[in-house]
Amino acid sequence: MSEKTTPEPAAPAGKHAAKEPAADSPMQASPVEDVASGVVIDTAGGNIPPSAVPSSSQSGSIRPGPGDSLLRQIFTGNAMVSLLSVVLAIVLGGILMAVTNPKVAATAGYFFAQPGDLLTEVFRPYAALVQGSIFNWAGTDTAAQLYPITETLTVSTPLICAGLGVALAFRAGLFNIGAQGQIIFGALFGAYIGFTWHLPVGLHLLVVIVAGLIGGAVWGGVVGLLKARTGAHEVIVTIMLNYIANFLLLFLLTTPAFQRKGSTNPISPFLDQNALFPELLGPQFRLHAGFLVAVLATAFVWWLLNRSTVGFEFRAVGANASAAQTAGINVARSTILVMAIAGALAGLAGITQVSGTEKYLSGGVAASIGFDAITVALLGRSTPWGTFFAGLLFGAFRAGGVAMQAQTQTPIDIVLVIQSLIVLFIAAPPLVRAIFGLNPRKKKPTQGGTAGSKASGVKSGAAA
Amino acid sequence: MKKSLRANFKRGSMAGVATVGATALLLTGCGAAPSSSGSSSGAAKSDYTACMVSDSGGFDDKSFNQSGYEGLQQSVKDLGIQEKHVQSKADTDYDPNLRSMVQQGCKLTVTVGFLLGDATKAIATANPNSHFAIIDYNDPTFPKNVKPIVYDTAQAAFLAGYLAAGTSKTGKVATFGGVNIPTVTIFMDGFSDGVKYYNQKKGKNVQLIGWDKDKQDGTFVGDFKQVDKGKVLTQGFLDQGADIVLPVAGPVGAGAGSAILEAKAKGTDAKLIWVDSDGYVTAPDYKSVILSSVQKTMATAVETVIKDDKDSKFDATPYVGTLENGGVALAPFHDLDPAVPADMKSELDQLKKDIVSGTVKVESKSSPTK
Repeated sequence: MSEKTTPEPAAPAGKHAAKEPAADSPMQASPVEDVASGVVIDTAGGNIPPSAVPSSSQSGSIRPGPGDSLLRQIFTGNAMVSLLSVVLAIVLGGILMAVTNPKVAATAGYFFAQPGDLLTEVFRPYAALVQGSIFNWAGTDTAAQLYPITETLTVSTPLICAGLGVALAFRAGLFNIGAQGQIIFGALFGAYIGFTWHLPVGLHLLVVIVAGLIGGAVWGGVVGLLKARTGAHEVIVTIMLNYIANFLLLFLLTTPAFQRKGSTNPISPFLDQNALFPELLGPQFRLHAGFLVAVLATAFVWWLLNRSTVGFEFRAVGANASAAQTAGINVARSTILVMAIAGALAGLAGITQVSGTEKYLSGGVAASIGFDAITVALLGRSTPWGTFFAGLLFGAFRAGGVAMQAQTQTPIDIVLVIQSLIVLFIAAPPLVRAIFGLNPRKKKPTQGGTAGSKASGVKSGAAA
Repeated sequence: MKKSLRANFKRGSMAGVATVGATALLLTGCGAAPSSSGSSSGAAKSDYTACMVSDSGGFDDKSFNQSGYEGLQQSVKDLGIQEKHVQSKADTDYDPNLRSMVQQGCKLTVTVGFLLGDATKAIATANPNSHFAIIDYNDPTFPKNVKPIVYDTAQAAFLAGYLAAGTSKTGKVATFGGVNIPTVTIFMDGFSDGVKYYNQKKGKNVQLIGWDKDKQDGTFVGDFKQVDKGKVLTQGFLDQGADIVLPVAGPVGAGAGSAILEAKAKGTDAKLIWVDSDGYVTAPDYKSVILSSVQKTMATAVETVIKDDKDSKFDATPYVGTLENGGVALAPFHDLDPAVPADMKSELDQLKKDIVSGTVKVESKSSPTK
């Protein structure tokens, strides 16, 4: 979360201030309101169309006003909203499961005679979720007890990689819906090299990874190119490219080049043993070295965004493309480059699928990872480590959902409902704050700002 | 001041809501707890647990996932066993779902569809003490604890082809598939051969559109979801003069059904042949146009395998559903019975006997290897 506090791009902000000096003063007069929304959406008086990227995920943000206590900043900040969104979604999901579970209705009938029964029924699915995603206390040996947490890491690996791709594009002001297609392309390139070439240990995996990165980068770069050269909207282009990638995959799987020998089903041969990520904890766990690659990718994106010139340019373009252009940044180049890197990250997710868990290519190799990645990036506020932890959380939901379904027969769809609720709440920070009583009260300009805001900050802190 | 009053009022109203809620809880929650020594009714409960993992179609697909699941439910009722089932949302769910079934202590896990083939093989190899059965897929390299459940659907589809050719008034029948995969094209192969056999025997020239058996290519929707595309394809067939359509595309068959209903409302006489289950029962919206169905009786097969395993009679020999063992069948004609001449019925009976005895050979590239 350290990147949250790093100074935002100075050049466009300075240009911005010079262009519209009036805009600066109201910001300082009511800092609380602006900190709460976290972002200034600048449409230059309607001249610039508003970005498709949710404001909370954009690069532009301003530093908190001087009158805010640290506590208040924490409680009204975006990280808190993310956390509270998750809490709210879990509570609502629990209510939904309780209402739809006939056993709950049955035990509610004698709640006062045996309250334990109702509570057990209500909490059983979530207990199973924890049991399936973190620690299995019913396991007979250490391996069985630790299996869930390794499963969470395994499932979250592609989510993190693809989530980083979406987050990076968000920071440059681009809504990358195309992670799904980029994953497919990464998987397609990587898998083909994986089962046709036969290279020595180490080298083969490396070549497969590079092929996957190139595949994703090509599919993402096309979007950037179209956007930069023709102004085609990236949302439309990525959605359409998803279809093309998906149907291309289905078609290729019916051709002899991709089809498994002796099979008429649309499934590719297995990848070479040398093309697979090594298992980290032995064959009884699915956890593979791809997870370490995901950690490295997260560190890379953090470095890229916060320590490199290219990343600075991405953020500047994301904060205000016109201002960035005026400041001498090549916006077209940034757009193409950021989409190519975002695509490469999604392509890496495809590689962790074919070289990690699946070991072959099938029509459903990308599952719904590309779309879940959007949610992950939103929950992670488009910051690299935020995305990493959001990916872990969603991985836990996915891994735990399997156990929840197997043990309590709760439909797996409830996990999707919880995920969707999280996005819903994240998209509406004022709603979340209102529910928890954290909404900043509007101050009258005549009042002494410092004391008032401090007091209300402490108060809402105590309330939560 | 005003503000705080309003806040107080708000709090007051919230308290009111809470009171009402609590009262409701009090009123509804006063029943007596059931005694823990509840008498078990029905079949004697067994500790034996049978499990099922769906493919990404889910248990409500009105096709093989659903039929298989019905077999599991029936076993619970008849054999008094425990069951667990999990739905896969995507191809990537198969492996973890299967692992979780083994961890849940399932004695036999039934998986549905070729998509689960690799996962089943891997998990079965890793857990030699658990038993598995897989519907609609066979792999000669399966370990000894996997029982494939496959169907020689071409045999029943052959009867359907013969029936369609004999009842068509325009001399044209049609078929289309969901995706060009063996479990789909085996229907089309059998149907095609049935039409051909009718032509040979009667010296007629009934045409089949939508499938070329020699080229193994024809008309396909592309998936098992786009019901509207099924409707468009069927309208196209009707425009070309076909009057009997066999959609081999699971739920997409509904699109064909609605196109035929519309045509019928306009005065064109057209009929539908359903697949997998008896459409007269499972797709009652179209029962007025369903001539017959090419059935795969999966529920029975699943129940048989579960029963055998429970009685410690599990073996890995594939179960091949044929006309002989009733694994595949041509469904009754129901409401359209008058449309089928008596001659045709006796010919179909004879043909069925001939196929069972081997006098008439039904061959498809997609038929399960015995």
